[in-house]
Amino acid sequence: MNFMASKQPENSLLGPEADSQRTLYPYVTGTSVVALKYKDGILMAADMGGSYGSTLRYKNVERMKAIGKHSLLGASGEISDFQEILRYLDDLILYDNMWDDGNSLGPKEVHNYLTRVMYNRRNKFNPLWNSLVLGGIKNGQKYLGTVSMIGVNFEDDHVATGFGNHLARPILRQEWHENLSFEDGVKLLEKCMRVLLYRDRSAINKLQIAKITEEGMTISQPYSLKTYWEFSAFENPTQGAVGSW
Amino acid sequence: MVKQQANWSPYDNNGGSCVAIAGADYCVIAADTRMSTGYNILTREYSKICKLADKCVMASSGFQADVKALQKQLAARHLIYQHQHNKQMSCPAMAQLLSNTLYYKRFFPYYSFNVLGGLDNEGKGCVFTYDAVGSYEKVGYSSQGSGSTLITPFLDNQLKSPSPLLLPVQDAVTPLVEAEAIDLVKTVFASASERDIYTGDKIEIVVVNATGIRREYMELRKD
Repeated sequence: MNFMASKQPENSLLGPEADSQRTLYPYVTGTSVVALKYKDGILMAADMGGSYGSTLRYKNVERMKAIGKHSLLGASGEISDFQEILRYLDDLILYDNMWDDGNSLGPKEVHNYLTRVMYNRRNKFNPLWNSLVLGGIKNGQKYLGTVSMIGVNFEDDHVATGFGNHLARPILRQEWHENLSFEDGVKLLEKCMRVLLYRDRSAINKLQIAKITEEGMTISQPYSLKTYWEFSAFENPTQGAVGSW
Repeated sequence: MVKQQANWSPYDNNGGSCVAIAGADYCVIAADTRMSTGYNILTREYSKICKLADKCVMASSGFQADVKALQKQLAARHLIYQHQHNKQMSCPAMAQLLSNTLYYKRFFPYYSFNVLGGLDNEGKGCVFTYDAVGSYEKVGYSSQGSGSTLITPFLDNQLKSPSPLLLPVQDAVTPLVEAEAIDLVKTVFASASERDIYTGDKIEIVVVNATGIRREYMELRKD
């Protein structure tokens, strides 16, 4: 054994071994998350699919979780990275509770923490491949924010990730208003999720809607949306088509 | 075996334009409030302006996560300065700090295009303009960001600033009064929003003068 041999430290960023440690692409992914502020707090919706490329591998993935007493986190992108983020947040909330000082981390603070985590991972070229939505309410103040895998973050009255940005945000811009009732909020979210179901190939018809208010977080049982496929244009799609293919 | 190429970029351009104009006893700093990515609008109400010190305000456009990190860095350094010197940083001092902070990351830059505006130690307006790696210059007015190519020529025409190459050295600050400068800023953004897709929604205008800092807003085209 040559004790004089120099060895690269295990966590070195130099050399080809280190490259295998960095995230290159996502494997199991969740699709859009859509959320909005309503009268009593935040409503958030996400389907329960975990895709492995073009395969629908997992159909019971809960992509929204409560964080502490005041926040709700929804994630799209790599599911394993979401699970790691939940572990980080478990520690964060644990230490917060251990102070036992009557204070608790609000949604603004959790969002800031997540933004720093995502940005720092991006700086090391090893991102957590997620787009996160963080909503909550504390002392009557509603908060809804989002952060991407490279650290871009902002808060707004309604947010969405992935395809939701293209399909759901325009609907929300048109129809969202202050002090939506719970029923109206759910109807609006379902409208967005239905459009996503029709047009996003990674969406599945099994979703949950989560609500967070001063009283706490509740998440619905998984359910399906009603869809309509009887448009006459769908019945004989090639009828008016010109050509042989 | 070809070396793996990254299929993600650590940078993004979240768009937007910033402008600052220095006057004899005031400084106007303005930026639009739109945040975009690609052809999408992420939000219409995002502030690109940050108060760094009592008489020193920065507007930055570019990659929002880097801008945020830069603002936090400067705010933290300013706090330390206050603890050590028992006073606020002057605008020229902050200008140097910003330059050094940007150059520190010369080989993985903050993708942030900044204009710094405020009052110098004599209460006169000053504007500093930067590139992404810290090269800076004191000027009478400046614009940065996606609309800067549309805005700068118009400001050149309207403010008729003397060339810095002339001798004797001439004052770069505009003789316009505060209200005229604010009007000019509003005109300039209204024009930029017509042709720059990343500029629009709303302008946030911050005015720094002897009485303090005040803020006003103006609506812009939402398309």
